[in-house]
Amino acid sequence: MKNAKAAQVVLRLDSITKRFGKLVANDAISLSLQQGEVIALLGENGAGKTTLMNILFGQYTADEGTVEVFGDALPPGNPRAALDAGVGMVHQHFTLADNMTVLENVTLGTQGLLSLRQDRAAARAKLAQLATDFGLQVHPDAKVGSLTVGERQRVEILKALYRDARILILDEPTAVLTPQETDDLFATLRKAVKLGLSVVFISHKLHEVMAISDRVLILRHGRLVAERPIAEVTKETLASLMVGSEVKAPTVAPGQPGKTLMRLHEVSTPDRGSAPGLKRVSLSLRAGQVIGLAGVSGNGQGALADLVGGLIGPATGRLELDEAHLNTWSPREAVHAGIARIPEDRHKTGTIAEFDLTENAILEAYNQPPYSRSGWMNWRRAEAFTREVIDTYDVRCPGPATRIRLLSGGNMQKLILGRVLEANPRIILANQPVRGLDIGAVNYVHSQLLAARDRGAAVLLISEDLDEIMALSDVIHVISEGRLSPGFARGTKTPAELGVWMAGHGFEPETADAS
Amino acid sequence: MRLEPVANPSIWRTTVPPAIAIGSTVVVASLLAMAAGANPFSVLGLILKGAFGSKFALLETLNRATPLIFTGLSVAVAFRARLWNIGAEAQLYAGALITVVLGTGMLQWGAFALLPALAIASMLAGALVLLVPALLKVRFGVDEVVTTLLFNFIFLLFISMLLEGPLKDPMGMGWPKSERLIAEARLPRIVDGLRLHWGFGLALIAAALVWVIERRTTLGYEMRAVGLNREAAGFAGIPVNRVLIKTALLAGGLAALAGFSEVAGLKGNLTLDLSPGFGYTGIIVAMLALLNPLAVVAAALFVAGIFVGADSMSRAASVPSYLADIMLATALLLMVLAILLTRFRVVRE
Repeated sequence: MKNAKAAQVVLRLDSITKRFGKLVANDAISLSLQQGEVIALLGENGAGKTTLMNILFGQYTADEGTVEVFGDALPPGNPRAALDAGVGMVHQHFTLADNMTVLENVTLGTQGLLSLRQDRAAARAKLAQLATDFGLQVHPDAKVGSLTVGERQRVEILKALYRDARILILDEPTAVLTPQETDDLFATLRKAVKLGLSVVFISHKLHEVMAISDRVLILRHGRLVAERPIAEVTKETLASLMVGSEVKAPTVAPGQPGKTLMRLHEVSTPDRGSAPGLKRVSLSLRAGQVIGLAGVSGNGQGALADLVGGLIGPATGRLELDEAHLNTWSPREAVHAGIARIPEDRHKTGTIAEFDLTENAILEAYNQPPYSRSGWMNWRRAEAFTREVIDTYDVRCPGPATRIRLLSGGNMQKLILGRVLEANPRIILANQPVRGLDIGAVNYVHSQLLAARDRGAAVLLISEDLDEIMALSDVIHVISEGRLSPGFARGTKTPAELGVWMAGHGFEPETADAS
Repeated sequence: MRLEPVANPSIWRTTVPPAIAIGSTVVVASLLAMAAGANPFSVLGLILKGAFGSKFALLETLNRATPLIFTGLSVAVAFRARLWNIGAEAQLYAGALITVVLGTGMLQWGAFALLPALAIASMLAGALVLLVPALLKVRFGVDEVVTTLLFNFIFLLFISMLLEGPLKDPMGMGWPKSERLIAEARLPRIVDGLRLHWGFGLALIAAALVWVIERRTTLGYEMRAVGLNREAAGFAGIPVNRVLIKTALLAGGLAALAGFSEVAGLKGNLTLDLSPGFGYTGIIVAMLALLNPLAVVAAALFVAGIFVGADSMSRAASVPSYLADIMLATALLLMVLAILLTRFRVVRE
């Protein structure tokens, strides 16, 4: 789709750097977008895609670097500047008013606050013209609340076009769409490009990036790690670029597998929104082993973690604990069964920010002796336990009465580790246990997990970081679209081979009646 | 501009904004008094004197604070668990209703048996009234703000129907009011000759008990956890829905004690004007107290003092007693803002 003549650069980000405390969210990222071009920004959650777009739209001010649109520098920190310069954003979560019509939504905010006369006829004509030009058919008088998700997205795009956007930025636009709606969206984007617009497509779905973009930029840990014309890459190379493939030599001694503690047999769970549920997953967790779960995020990891952690039960299939079939399953039962759960989001699900360390340390055991007897709390025992965790797990904090939100991510994670490991668990569910931690805390968490494994615990390690999975796991499974690969023993697969599985190849074809 | 949480608020940050809020409330009241043609200093002095200036005034304020402590506790308990109970008014009337049903002669017991029985029956009735919205919320996700608010009106009309029908006092000259409680069902005065009944004592005990429940019991821990982070609480295994139901029962029971105390301690019978909005004012009390059960007592005294003082002031200075409503509204709004400023700082981007 590139023009033969020298293409004009419409958007240029020049060495954008943004730090949040110690975390570098964007590290000297530069990119340029040419007229009539589609570029894809590819990266895992937390790779820095959203931060970068927030800087472009003035929500954040970059610590270093500049943004230029059509050759003019944008003033930092002004959300209107990007809109006025002709950049339109289609958010992942729509920003439409359900109780207003399509036309009202599209024109909302374009009229002066005090102008009483609305030139509805002109607005209607302009909307109709845009709809025809771009193939975005939506009835202008329909209430947005009555539209399908795909139609709502069309309204979002029309809204940007109505404001004369020349650059469209789409943040995970296909996350909520069916495959057919995705095809329609791609057709629209191709029309837009023909009409001279330029598009930034943010995604972590590889095949869509392959299908629509001319160039792909890969972000990892806040850095731009690769920039390739789409013709020169395959899904497999993208997958390994995205999750990192500089494999360090495994320094971890292999585990001594014992008996099977938990077994999933052909378990399926319902899809949730765009994230697939499990599709006939069979998996055994054995004592003394680290089972690593590799995969691009949003491929069913959440469902597996919730299943093992007691938040959901299997819709079909069998879940066995110590060879006993479980019918009902709750977080409390999981805790009682000796499952240590390190949740993916330590801020939202792992801790209660306004509780102090003591109250957080007993969150899973608060109703058990010695912390609770006949309905009364024993705070002295709870505090003694907390002090023990603070000492044993080296939690740096002013004391057990500190509110946990004041702790760094690493110290917060150490407290969670202490909370679940002090109960001598038999199974450890570690979901992204080192995400966002500094290297010291990463090594500490890993050494604790391995020590627990050597004491005979089964560890299920879920991570988007292939390096981490390959370094720690005795057996690696790959998850893709809710399906689980066979287990690969340590050292039998290269990152590139795992990348093939992560891209969705190698699985047995789904039977027609699978649901 | 945006708000950024303050990690370790200094002593100035936690005390100065609330002080400014109180000060500004006084300034607003003074301006309004001046607009009404009165000397602001004498108006404020009259309010203070009318609320706390004499033994009679003080006792009147304590009496007025009593139902506010109960409804304030009810709201504080519910809001602590993020159960938005706007229905303390209906729960109050449920307590009052059961008190007159059982206390006008149905139970012919001695006072030592009858009064606790009436208090407990009231709490059960109030608990039942809030149980319905709580179950609707837990089972079907129905917004409890709407259900509890609307239930206030339904329940008041229900009381009205009863007072015009089966509960109507045959000797009441046709007025819609219930029969009077028997003597054994009346809450005695704390000190003979002083117009302050044991309802106030009960309110203080209730505040202390709620504090103990929140800080020292397993249920209190669950309620606070559910209120602060429902997702983390559920992940850890706290039965969130069951905790919400228990919270609703406790909150409904506390509000109903306001009705019991007003009927058995003060009025002696049930009329439709038993509560001039104590249930709604309880929300102000709880918010001013930052949901702390012990601070609810202080906040209730503050609010009651403004009402009682403004009543007495309006008789002396011919400034309308609506000044009290404005003062409370100002105090609440500024206090909410002040609390925001104690926890967040404004950052200019």
